[in-house]
Amino acid sequence: MITDIKKQGEDVKWQDLTPGCIIDGGGTAKEFNTGEWRIDTPEFIEDKCKQCLICVPFCPDSSIPVEDGKRLDFDFDHCKGCGICAAACPFDAIVMRKGE
Amino acid sequence: MAIRDRLSGNEAIAKAMRQVCADVMPAYPITPSTELPQYFSSFVANGQTETVFVPVESEHSAMSACIGSEAAGARTMSATSSCGLAYMWEMLYVAASNRLPIALAVVNRALSGPININCDHSDAMGARDSGWIQIFAETNQEAYDNFVQAYRIAEHEDVKIPIMICQDGFITSHGVQNIELLEDDVVKNFVGEYNPTSWLLNPEHPEAVGPYTNPPYYMEAKYSQMVGMNNAKKVAVEVGAEFEKISGRKYGLFEEYKTEDADYIMVIMGSAAGTGKDTVDGLREQGVKAGLLKIRMFRPFPGEEIAQALKNAKVIACMDRTESYNSQDGPIGNDVKAALFNAGMAPKVLNYVYGLAGRDVTVESLGSVFEDMQEVDKSGNVGDTYRYLSLRG
Repeated sequence: MITDIKKQGEDVKWQDLTPGCIIDGGGTAKEFNTGEWRIDTPEFIEDKCKQCLICVPFCPDSSIPVEDGKRLDFDFDHCKGCGICAAACPFDAIVMRKGE
Repeated sequence: MAIRDRLSGNEAIAKAMRQVCADVMPAYPITPSTELPQYFSSFVANGQTETVFVPVESEHSAMSACIGSEAAGARTMSATSSCGLAYMWEMLYVAASNRLPIALAVVNRALSGPININCDHSDAMGARDSGWIQIFAETNQEAYDNFVQAYRIAEHEDVKIPIMICQDGFITSHGVQNIELLEDDVVKNFVGEYNPTSWLLNPEHPEAVGPYTNPPYYMEAKYSQMVGMNNAKKVAVEVGAEFEKISGRKYGLFEEYKTEDADYIMVIMGSAAGTGKDTVDGLREQGVKAGLLKIRMFRPFPGEEIAQALKNAKVIACMDRTESYNSQDGPIGNDVKAALFNAGMAPKVLNYVYGLAGRDVTVESLGSVFEDMQEVDKSGNVGDTYRYLSLRG
């Protein structure tokens, strides 16, 4: 039906563009590595973390993965380094570092 | 059996809308729109159509709602006029770039200012670069017929471009003429079901519509739109031929009236073409080889075809019912001259601005254009190529 999203790279020819540049398929934001935009980087200090998980819903980019009720280290493919998680953490378990 | 009636252009389009029976009609229901949405909303109130009518708070919202509705997979239409169309501006481009085949009935009226509500083509001419197909009508009959054909052109898989069906404000929109309507089932069969290839409200196949396109994509997207637009010419001719089979009325990209052996050809669009034909008839009786070419499809512009049709003319007069302030010609004059130049032709071309904001257009005033053409032919001197018709001073 519509051209494969894999063809929609920066070398795409006009003939291969989807009609109206429709993005075909769901959840495609995952394939966009917004982590490239990051200037400051959060550091996860596991020893201080009580696994309260308050940081998870505060993250605007779903960049804090949770497995078996516990948060893991950041998804740096998508974390833009906004620092909201560090501000939300009640236990200083997240600190912001300058640079990538 | 065709139905004979007498209707204003607004009533005629409202009837066509009822017969076409699109799924959704978002529209701003009061001025600057004409009474067209009002006629249509009475069909809705009386249960005579299944179309969902969405009254919105502005034309910007009307076109935004059209975009949402059409993207969701619903056949969508609207109507507007004058500064209402201007207020849709931003969203017109979005509808076109998203390749949403919305049909918009436009009643052509002046844009203020100075403040005025009467007929000219400034509204549609301002939108001519927005990426919409634009089709113009001379009569109420043509306005009705064009609307019946609209979706067949816009929705064609090689096109997928929104379409404006234009008619002249008051002259045809409020003027009552004899008209021949098609029967409901004939229109329904002709228009057919809308089967979009993809649509937003399809749980089986998620998609995102209207994404940001950064520089690596934008030019390719625009070129793709242009190809779709160019295809509309061929499709409009095919749809016109099919329409002739159900109606007996013939439609092409433009109409040639006594042009075959004409030395002097007037290129004109909209209701004034009727007055132009009368003028040509009068001149023919006097032995003047006058002819007229009436543009039906203005976007895409059938440049090659028009240049071919004008190839034997000695002098051409392009008639523009708008001012575009480029100091040398109006939109029709500009496009016709570009088409002639591209075809390697350099005939003498005069360009007139006429009938702005409801200024009367008469056999006498258009006759003076043919007199000017003959004068230019005789003297060999074109003189001022950009002129105002019926201007005092």
